[in-house]
Amino acid sequence: MGNRVGVEVSIAVADAVKLCNVDVIAAYPITPQTHIVEHLSEIVADGHLDAEFIPVESEHAAMSCCCGSSAAGARTYTSTSSQGFALMSEIVYIASSMRFPIVMNVANRALSGPISIWNDHSDIMAHRDIGWIQTFAENGQEAVDLTIHAFKVAENKKVSLPVIVNLDGFICSHVIEPIIMPTQEEVDAYLPPFKPIYKLDPKKPVSMGTVGIPEVYTEAKVAHNEALKASKRVILDEWKKFGEMFGRYYNAVETYKTEDAEIIFVTMGSISETAMTAVDGMREKGEKVGLVRIRLWRPFPNAEFKKAIGKARILAVLDRALSPGAVNGPVGSELKSLLYKVPGAPKIFNFIAGLGGRDMTLERFNEILEKTKLYDKKKPTENYEVIGVREL
Amino acid sequence: MAVKDAIIGWKQLPHGCFVLEPGNSEKFKTGDWKSQRPVLDKEKCIKCAMCWIFCPEMAYTKNAEGFYIVNLDYCKGCGICSNECPKDAISMVPEEA
Repeated sequence: MGNRVGVEVSIAVADAVKLCNVDVIAAYPITPQTHIVEHLSEIVADGHLDAEFIPVESEHAAMSCCCGSSAAGARTYTSTSSQGFALMSEIVYIASSMRFPIVMNVANRALSGPISIWNDHSDIMAHRDIGWIQTFAENGQEAVDLTIHAFKVAENKKVSLPVIVNLDGFICSHVIEPIIMPTQEEVDAYLPPFKPIYKLDPKKPVSMGTVGIPEVYTEAKVAHNEALKASKRVILDEWKKFGEMFGRYYNAVETYKTEDAEIIFVTMGSISETAMTAVDGMREKGEKVGLVRIRLWRPFPNAEFKKAIGKARILAVLDRALSPGAVNGPVGSELKSLLYKVPGAPKIFNFIAGLGGRDMTLERFNEILEKTKLYDKKKPTENYEVIGVREL
Repeated sequence: MAVKDAIIGWKQLPHGCFVLEPGNSEKFKTGDWKSQRPVLDKEKCIKCAMCWIFCPEMAYTKNAEGFYIVNLDYCKGCGICSNECPKDAISMVPEEA
């Protein structure tokens, strides 16, 4: 078993990528992802990792390089945030539709404007439909573990899809945490060398990225979607194997004090740690509350989520992104559609909070609880509510 | 083989929509959607091969008499041959005519 070290999460994630023995890293620095790729460039420059580090001129080029290197059969990694993610947007759809098993960490940050370098989920929610596997880390240990797991899942021949591991910018990425770093021997035993299904090889030529005429496009999209949906089985199976190897077990959806809970908070990412503290405080006051945390966002774990909420009467769903003009926040929309007309389904109240780096405090959770209890008695006039906004 | 013959289900599509057989576009008759076709007037033709040189689809081949004949399975009806012909020996005729 590896050593428990005090380390900045970004550095630990970079070290995890090194342990995964990647062949190519193509990345452009952007706050708050910067420390991840800076540290990787040092690791490569200092000769600790035999990899190509391509210091590209933009994120559009970063993802383009990643597609090329993955097509050539190289284990490929990149990382981005916010505006950088937006700039690589065109190519991320291509990476998944061409089934390239690229792994990317997104240090989640708000999208401009106004310009914000701070944390929320608007960057990843703008890329909800890119056809990648998407997971959310709660803390540094998870960010490390999910990154290693991501390579294993992505490169599984039944999957062969790119994976995003989200970690909250600054709140998770820049925090120094005690993290158990796996050893090289452990990671080598868990993660075999990458063997692509097809690669660019003059001895065995294939064409990649050809046109999809109307007679083919629908079938291509269905094939991709079916592969993404089917990847859930491998994701869960690989988490089980990860647990057996490293002693840390992960599920698609985690529960906290939900057994007898009437009201369940639903969160994703690092806010869940505050949510657990909030639940503890509320429980002390006799509130029957619990927490369900979504770790696997795409493919969405329908059955696992339904099981996790049990017989709860109310869900208070937290979104860390606002979907302008939409019926609800992204997670709120997802869950209301999942549970629509399900017999015995709970009431769902959707709250949007923690935008652009605004702190999500215990007081805010208490406010959400009070509003939830109020809306239980008196139906809210709106589908969702932005918590903490100054109505002046 | 025309496009309609290539229709397959999503389970049959190759991984990532890749083309696994090099050069297989040769098997497809890619000229089935043209709206006009070139018609050669052999009385005017001087066998200069300008049509053969300029055809972007390489659809022209020389026959035994030395005339350059278009293969309509691959001709897309762009009209470049007609435009380049120094003797106006190639006229573009609507497909339905």
